[in-house]
Amino acid sequence: MSTVTTDPHAHAEHEHHHGPAKGLKRWLYTTNHKDIGTLYLLFALTMFFIGGAMAMVIRAELFQPGLQIVQPDFFNQMTTVHGLIMVFGAVMPAFTGLANWLVPMMIGAPDMALPRMNNWSFWILPFAFSILLLSLFMEGGGPGFGWTFYAPLSTTYSSDSTALFVFSVHIMGISSIMGAINVIVTIMNLRAPGMTYMKMPLFVWTWFITAYLLIAVMPVLAGAVTMVLTDKYFGTSFFDAAGGGDPVLFQHIFWFFGHPEVYIMILPAFGIVSSIVPTFARKPLFGYASMVYATSSIALLSFLVWAHHMFTTGMPVFAELFFMYCTMLIAVPTGVKVFNWVATMWRGAMTFEVPMMFALAFIVLFTIGGFSGLMLAITPADFQYHDTYFVVAHFHYVLVTGAIFSIMAAAYYWLPKWTGHMYDETLGQWHFWCSLISVNVLFFPMHFVGLAGMPRRIPDYALQFADFNALISIGGFAFGLSQLLFVWLVVKCIKGGEKATDQVWEGAEGLEWTIPSPAPYHSFTTPPEIK
Amino acid sequence: MAKTSYLCCSLLTFLLAFSTQSAEMPLNMTQGVTEISQQVYHLHMKIFYICCAIGVAVFGVMFWSIIHHRKSKGVTPAQFHESTKVELLWTAMPVVILILMAIPATQTLIAMEDTSEADVTILITGSQWKWHYKYMDHKVEYYSLLATPRKQIDNKLKKGENYLLEVDRPLVIPTGKKVRFLVTSDDVIHSWWVPAFAVKKDANPGFINEAWTKVDQPGVYRGQCAELCGKDHGFMPIVVIAKDQADFEQWVAQEAATQAAAKAEEQKLLSMNMSKEELMALGEKTYMGYCAACHQPTGMGIPGVFPALKGSKMALEDLPAHIDIVLNGKTGTAMQAFGKQLSLSEIAAVITYERNAWENNTGDLVQAADIAKAQKP
Repeated sequence: MSTVTTDPHAHAEHEHHHGPAKGLKRWLYTTNHKDIGTLYLLFALTMFFIGGAMAMVIRAELFQPGLQIVQPDFFNQMTTVHGLIMVFGAVMPAFTGLANWLVPMMIGAPDMALPRMNNWSFWILPFAFSILLLSLFMEGGGPGFGWTFYAPLSTTYSSDSTALFVFSVHIMGISSIMGAINVIVTIMNLRAPGMTYMKMPLFVWTWFITAYLLIAVMPVLAGAVTMVLTDKYFGTSFFDAAGGGDPVLFQHIFWFFGHPEVYIMILPAFGIVSSIVPTFARKPLFGYASMVYATSSIALLSFLVWAHHMFTTGMPVFAELFFMYCTMLIAVPTGVKVFNWVATMWRGAMTFEVPMMFALAFIVLFTIGGFSGLMLAITPADFQYHDTYFVVAHFHYVLVTGAIFSIMAAAYYWLPKWTGHMYDETLGQWHFWCSLISVNVLFFPMHFVGLAGMPRRIPDYALQFADFNALISIGGFAFGLSQLLFVWLVVKCIKGGEKATDQVWEGAEGLEWTIPSPAPYHSFTTPPEIK
Repeated sequence: MAKTSYLCCSLLTFLLAFSTQSAEMPLNMTQGVTEISQQVYHLHMKIFYICCAIGVAVFGVMFWSIIHHRKSKGVTPAQFHESTKVELLWTAMPVVILILMAIPATQTLIAMEDTSEADVTILITGSQWKWHYKYMDHKVEYYSLLATPRKQIDNKLKKGENYLLEVDRPLVIPTGKKVRFLVTSDDVIHSWWVPAFAVKKDANPGFINEAWTKVDQPGVYRGQCAELCGKDHGFMPIVVIAKDQADFEQWVAQEAATQAAAKAEEQKLLSMNMSKEELMALGEKTYMGYCAACHQPTGMGIPGVFPALKGSKMALEDLPAHIDIVLNGKTGTAMQAFGKQLSLSEIAAVITYERNAWENNTGDLVQAADIAKAQKP
């Protein structure tokens, strides 16, 4: 190595190669955390619209009772693939994209610790989702057994696209695990001198914990899909009582993955909101340490509550009680977080730019989702709520107005740092208000139809649910259209706009706000000193 | 401020919604007609009110802060950022509330799961996409299918009052008795749910679950399958009629007699031949009820999922294989064994229909006796 550095020309050439390559190659070969972060975010946005288009099909069919637009078989494929796309294609890649962009800049690292793996973990994703989406065009259609793919509906009784479904989930899992390894290795090894764990920004902390959850549960999902594959094609009987298996075993395995998975989709959101609220309240985050402990407790508890998705499967009463109590306990650390955010606002000096608006909406609406979650924890009541639209309302409140709203907040908050331009505030406020109103028209009445007894995953329904379903569909179309404003705003912001300062926001604190906007291709090549 | 008024509006609609319940547009969980369902309803309302109270408190503080602690009012932000006392308090308080909630929930749950000392036991078997009821103490069993005409679903006829919530043969139970349900499935997982009883139990293939109810009011109660079970998951409703003890006894005796008579009739039919017209008429009726959901009314099936019968090799040539698959089903596929679901004459008729409808025109006539011969001893 020393021989190379002695030649000044070679050195200059070396420097030259550090800029981004041109054209498609830049994106295909990139190992730069900012480029990969951008790829993840754009991919997630694309998937958000594809999954959203499927939701539009669902809502169009449910606009009126009777079958109008699609047949039940295709309807089931739409609900299934909508769920898979939104979970694995939109929310998770969006968070990974944010982690790629922000974790190195927040801890003063030059890049992610494993840049080539980083490239790979992104570039297998388009293949995974192409396989999944193209399977919809197979004879017999795509997966139609719900994103939870309960056996034996997904084994003996599924169409031949199941093999492709299994393969694509494997690829998604590999991508997530590699992303998680990268985050953990980066955080453990590349923190700037002086940045102890308890000085890390909360976004870094929440992602650190999320990454451990991912590594713990993605292999469980891989196991579940593999068993589905061998049950269907290779004559095993993991989930078939006729061969000594048990269909409920599938649900235990799936939800052992599935419950931590839902926290994977919300913990980074907690980190984002914990960054934004102090900035716009111009006041330090209340209870930093308790936030870290609360996040860790939520992560640990997430492994002890999986069977609350399965109260009607016929568990012994002792198990039902255990899972009810554990599930109720989760309300405690989650409550601590909400109280801390409110205490952060208390006696601050708040302004209400778009990121703050989304963060505030997150706090209110995610809490509503938390309330319905608490109601669902009460086992006897869950017997009535289970598999109705009440559950659909619950998880859309935590995933759309929770996870997605936090991603929107993050996009607005860091866009000026990424592009170097301020976004259009008026357009952003329009996007926020349209989204806020329509999302509630969309999801709030679902509580009512669910309580009134409408099961989920049905393409047609009894007449007493008709009025609410029409209203829900209108909300759905409005919410879908509102998101086009966001695309317009992002394109505008990339193309130009008012020049952003380094700090961007008056109250912003943290290493990412000390470097220029847009963030240079290579930042923190020499680590900053943290006092 | 716009946001506050928005919240007030939504809160108002929410409360209004709960207070203006009407028969046309139910907005809340049903109180149901059993002691258990009442308890469940009260648990639901209790936890709902607790959530509302917490919500009002937390959002109240938050919006107070949003209104008063804003930069445009020229305030200087405080810099406090922790208080062990406050944090302990708001960790401990939810724990207390949760314990208070857990106690009644535990009591109700234990009562719900006590299926002992039942007066009547009924085996409920789900299959794609119908329910089968078998009275364990009487010689009565039958299938219960969606009764809503296809034309209503396809918007060619006006939808009836109980659209998608009506069946050909409802389950009948006695009032004032503890009725135990044994729930299982023949194929995928279904879930038997009647909201008015607060009973929802998964039907798992190969395993038997238990649930129970005790209905005090005679009446008609409707429910639906609650677990995604494939294409026609939305089309397998449940209707339960609760009759008082005397009426129930009369009904069950009559039903047992009718079913015994039908079996005797079946034996007699073995020696008789039905005409082609009779076979085709009965065959079409049976086909539409039991086969058309998968193989479609056109006999075209759904490519890649359910095979076509029109022009199929089996329906045109191989009669023994055709009889065998209808009688015994095909393992590892959605094709069920209809031998135990249909009468001999129905099976004979449906096979005749499949071999002569949709230009299959084989001219084959299959009689009940042929089916009886093919049946495994």
